[in-house]
Amino acid sequence: MRQTWVTPGGVHPPENKHQSLTQPIGTLPIPEKLVVPLGQHIGAPAIACVKLGDKVLKGQKIADPAGTVSAAIHAPTSGIISAIEARPIAHSSGMEALCIEITPDGKDQWIDLSGIADFEHTTPEALLSIITNAGIAGMGGAGFPTAVKLNPGFQRPIDTLIVNATECEPYITADDSLIRERAEEIIEGIRILSHILGNPSNILIGIEDNKPEAIKALEPHTLDTGINVVSFPTKYPSGGEKQLIYILTGQELPSGQIPADIGVVCVNIGTTYAIKRAVVEGEPLVSRVTTMTGEACEINRNYDVLIGTPVSHMLEHNKFNAEKCSRVIMGGPMMGFSLTSKDIPIVKTSNCILAPSVEEIPHNEPAQPCIRCGMCAEACPVSLLPQQLFWYSQAKDHERLQSHNLFDCIECGACSYVCPSNIPLVQHYRSSKSDIKKAEEENIKSAQARERFEFRQQRMEQAEKEREAKRAARREAALEAKKTASPNSAADIIAAAQARTAAKQMSPEQEQAKLQRAVSSAEMRVQKAQDKLDAAVASEESDEKLKILSAALSGAQQKLEKAKVRLAEQSN
Amino acid sequence: MLEFIFQNPIISALIALAGLGLIFGALLGFAAEKFKIEGDPVIDQIDSLLPQTQCGQCGFPGCRPYAESIAEGDAINKCPPGGQSTINAIANLLDVPAPELDQEHGEEADVKTVAYIREDECIGCTKCIQACPVDAILGAAKLMHTVIADECTGCDLCVEPCPVDCIDMLPVATGINQWQWPAPPTVNGLIATDRTHGSSSHGGAV
Repeated sequence: MRQTWVTPGGVHPPENKHQSLTQPIGTLPIPEKLVVPLGQHIGAPAIACVKLGDKVLKGQKIADPAGTVSAAIHAPTSGIISAIEARPIAHSSGMEALCIEITPDGKDQWIDLSGIADFEHTTPEALLSIITNAGIAGMGGAGFPTAVKLNPGFQRPIDTLIVNATECEPYITADDSLIRERAEEIIEGIRILSHILGNPSNILIGIEDNKPEAIKALEPHTLDTGINVVSFPTKYPSGGEKQLIYILTGQELPSGQIPADIGVVCVNIGTTYAIKRAVVEGEPLVSRVTTMTGEACEINRNYDVLIGTPVSHMLEHNKFNAEKCSRVIMGGPMMGFSLTSKDIPIVKTSNCILAPSVEEIPHNEPAQPCIRCGMCAEACPVSLLPQQLFWYSQAKDHERLQSHNLFDCIECGACSYVCPSNIPLVQHYRSSKSDIKKAEEENIKSAQARERFEFRQQRMEQAEKEREAKRAARREAALEAKKTASPNSAADIIAAAQARTAAKQMSPEQEQAKLQRAVSSAEMRVQKAQDKLDAAVASEESDEKLKILSAALSGAQQKLEKAKVRLAEQSN
Repeated sequence: MLEFIFQNPIISALIALAGLGLIFGALLGFAAEKFKIEGDPVIDQIDSLLPQTQCGQCGFPGCRPYAESIAEGDAINKCPPGGQSTINAIANLLDVPAPELDQEHGEEADVKTVAYIREDECIGCTKCIQACPVDAILGAAKLMHTVIADECTGCDLCVEPCPVDCIDMLPVATGINQWQWPAPPTVNGLIATDRTHGSSSHGGAV
């Protein structure tokens, strides 16, 4: 048995997992409409690459990833694109975001699939591009694009691959049932991952000891593969990435670092299944296993649900009793969030739909003053001081919140769970976190604005200076000109101008002589042209040449005429 | 030397004191030159707390002039874009009581705005470009102008000079990425007998 380490804190809420494990994974009929959000993952939302009215086949790409940290999205079934618009999506805010609505044609017809059976002879780069194109994002809850996680760069050699099968949150059994039924494919997926990461020396499947059947299902497939199934005592929240790394390796991930920095890659077990389907069968991620549970539904079981299926569709097929239900929660009771609308669709990260009765999960009691009992500090799995954070959060003391490492809080809800005063601690932390992020953004913006303002100020001063310099230069030049000019009066200037015009005018005799010269030179030109023409006629040149020469002669004669006329005018 | 000291103790003590005075004086003078601080550091600190919209609502041509004025003792509640949080921060820095915002200079806006030019109506007069304190408007004479939304501080200064009134101040678009977790209600003033079952918020699942 491999050594495991014990994380600080943690709680043991009632597990409530058995209800949904009585039946195998089921399927639901295709709903009337599928609503596929463009942002289902961490990073930039995908960009739609289909138009309204397009006909799509199951598995056809309908949105391209936008940039590196993003994931493609595929049609979950065949049908027609009936809307591309903002719809409420699975988000704590209950806000709307861009979605693609598909009206299924009922045929559920796949595109042509081509997989790679022999992945061991395929380069990791080619496999990564398959994973990127299959739109796979972490299916444990955060939804980080898997291909990005698997490509940490050459500087960081990966020696440990951890597969997260912890599933520590109550009620959720999606991973558990997936392992029980499809262990072989999961192991295949892990082998693909190991090949991509250059065969790390440690491959560990971390699983809590409350899933003995799943452990039993994995064991025959892991024999002689170098893959270790490590089970450890059940405690919430062991499934957090940092917690699991510590439990399995004893290494604590420093604040602000990612697992790859200490040579670890941690992947959810559902993701490994999706990777196997994508690589070996060529199937993109269009469905996932989701737990449908809670006392308000008569049937509690796991379903292989198409991405984009409205929650209401799932509820209907499980005999949902709206009167009994306190609220519908996406995710588990600890970290999930209440849905504002039942039309919200299932996305790649939805591992559970919980419809509890009022007795099962009562409404939040009103918070009472903190009595400083310190139970939150005992429960915190990250060894923070929840009570101090609570005070600083109320006082909006951002500096102290940060110095008390608010951003290391994983929002697991253990502190709120144990709080005897029902203080919604996590909500305080989340609110403070978003306040701090906003303040930081504003700081950056105001620094930019200051820089631009100062630059503009400088530019305007510069321009003003240049203008001033030009003005000064002009003034100087004017003064200089005044100095050099002779101090003559206006009368002198007029006299000088008259003298200049007089100098330009010619006497009549000169004029006559000039015209005479013009007449004689014109006569000369006529004579020359006549000579040329005669010579050409004598040597029997072509007609064209003769024509040109005679034209030149007549031109010269005309000019002579004109010169003679002008001379006659002048003499008169 | 020693003989002189013994014979004239008073004079030698005076000489020694004067000598020491000269040495330390020179040292201090050197330090004052060497470690001189350019400008007033308080102005920089105040300036960094102001929102840098450069809107002039305080009556000064920009945030820095107002910071200079505050350093000289002006009121700290003249900045509507910064609002109460900025007033509190400056009060904290200067260790003075934080007054309410002076309504004479404007009211604190609930939502941030950004200028938007209706481009069809723009005649290309460049007046708004000259008015923008942060060079966030792009365009040239007789050509359409547009606002670089990311650089716009929402100061309003471009609206007034526009001869065809084609500039609107629109609220900044808020999407899911800008959404903020609301703070839960504070528990002050609540006593156990005030409890009302099941009527509280339906917020996060706990």
